[in-house]
Amino acid sequence: MGFLHFLSDPITFLANWLQGLLLGVGIPAGIVQFILFVIGAGALATAAMMFVIFLIWLERKAIARLQDRLGPNRVGPWGIFQTIPDMIKIFTKEFITPTGADIIPYNLAPILAVAGVLMVWSVIPLAISVVGMNLNVGVLYIIAVGSLGELGIIMAGFGSNNKFALLGGFRAVALLVSYEVPMVISLLVPVMLAGSMGMTDIAQAQNVWYIWLTPAAALIFLITSIAENGRAPFDLTEADSEIVAGFNIEYSGLKFGMFYVADFLHSFTIAMVFSVLFLGGWRGPGAEQIPILGFIYLMIKAGLIEFLIIWIRGSLPRFRIDQMMDVNWKVLTPLSLSIVVVTAVLDKLIPVEQTVFRIFAFLVVNLAVLLITGWLIEVFKTRRPRPVVSKTQRPVARPENVAANSNSGD
Amino acid sequence: MTVLQIIFLLAAAITLGSAVMVVSSRRMMHVALWLVLTLFGVAILFALLEIRFFVVVQVLIYIGAIAILIIFAVMLTRHSLEDVGPHFNRGWWIAILACFATFSGLVAVLSSWSKFQTIIRTIPAGGEDILSLGKAFIDPAGYVIPFEVASVLLLAALIGAIFVASERKEGKR
Repeated sequence: MGFLHFLSDPITFLANWLQGLLLGVGIPAGIVQFILFVIGAGALATAAMMFVIFLIWLERKAIARLQDRLGPNRVGPWGIFQTIPDMIKIFTKEFITPTGADIIPYNLAPILAVAGVLMVWSVIPLAISVVGMNLNVGVLYIIAVGSLGELGIIMAGFGSNNKFALLGGFRAVALLVSYEVPMVISLLVPVMLAGSMGMTDIAQAQNVWYIWLTPAAALIFLITSIAENGRAPFDLTEADSEIVAGFNIEYSGLKFGMFYVADFLHSFTIAMVFSVLFLGGWRGPGAEQIPILGFIYLMIKAGLIEFLIIWIRGSLPRFRIDQMMDVNWKVLTPLSLSIVVVTAVLDKLIPVEQTVFRIFAFLVVNLAVLLITGWLIEVFKTRRPRPVVSKTQRPVARPENVAANSNSGD
Repeated sequence: MTVLQIIFLLAAAITLGSAVMVVSSRRMMHVALWLVLTLFGVAILFALLEIRFFVVVQVLIYIGAIAILIIFAVMLTRHSLEDVGPHFNRGWWIAILACFATFSGLVAVLSSWSKFQTIIRTIPAGGEDILSLGKAFIDPAGYVIPFEVASVLLLAALIGAIFVASERKEGKR
């Protein structure tokens, strides 16, 4: 019976066992609580970092398949262990500090970048019984912690004493500061629906997944969080063809590895936050009785969203900086504001008891708002068309072009 | 001395020390980064009072928005990002005197205030009540007028910023 109980809820079981053990030795309750918090934080952070090893393989393989390549395929089945030799290689590399670098910001930046992502994990409810800290302002906390990552990027861009790094830092700050606006506004919608800012309460309130109630807010949140992560199509912070690698250009060895880890971990963290806010988090059949099922549901949902993010990365070209600003200030911000107003009105008009009618009304109104936005975009596009930057047909590496060139050349 | 008091002293030392560095550093960028540390120290003080909402808002607004915008402005405007020349002018002792007078005046006024000795209330385990804070902001009997005045002020600042930015563009054409 004890073993079954362990299987159904391992984390709580271990925590209770350890607490009993420490209290039995005679350590005061306050210090036992402290020790448990330290162990929990260490275990969660380590597990998240270990999970990145798998995530990096997943992303490389998925992107490769999307681009019709094989991807990693040498180490282990389907190259699944490819990241481990890469990791060992990066451990052995030399740390190079550029001349004129500002030592403290330069070295603090990678740490802040990873810490900013890892700190989000402390408020994500992994199962009904497992949550690092049930903060009553969890949603605000996620945004606040995200700004630490921004700070890390600024410090990297400034501290490297490199013009490309500084340019990348500029772009990153412009991107992050602007996309925070629609993100915060769109996060108001689940907060209003659940009547709480705590992540656990929001997950618990979702008898109906919020993505059915507010698909528009979910879409805005997904777009803005991809932008916050700075990955394609918003990867102009590290556009290789324009500013080489952006803010992390001067980093080598494990310090670069930290940025790399932060990037990949951030995308999965977004997926988890999205699942908790809009896909019900750990909720699913039987998750309340057997907490580990809730963890599995959360991982499946987050995995699907992560795949969607990779898919977007693999299929869309990069935004120019003016396009990026246009999307944010002319489309996403007004859209999110109108969604908030619409949600507030509907939430008061339709009582919670009329579940089916409520879902239907919310869904229809949200889709209507999205359609109106799309129509307005089309109207403004015809009224003021985008300036075409290059008019002449540039040579492209197509088979017929190559053939034509070789014929004329020889 | 309890653990909390030690943490309080450390946080206060960090806050004050980095505040001194804000006014004494030479590189503008360092000034901005020290300012971030100062604001963090204030966030720790809020955390010691167990007001989670204020901790998060302090980090979100002061570090996430204001400090980052300051850094952005510093990066864009200063050519060399470095300040040369003397830090003090002849009037430095007047400034110290004025600061000391203001500080002692504030302490004297506050210590004679009846609520100065209020014992801190413990906050329930679920965290503080944000709902009543929000309701107080829009309650006619509460703080609705200051709240609205502040929002009008912010709106005016926003319009002003747009006006300044767009006027320059018109002049170019």
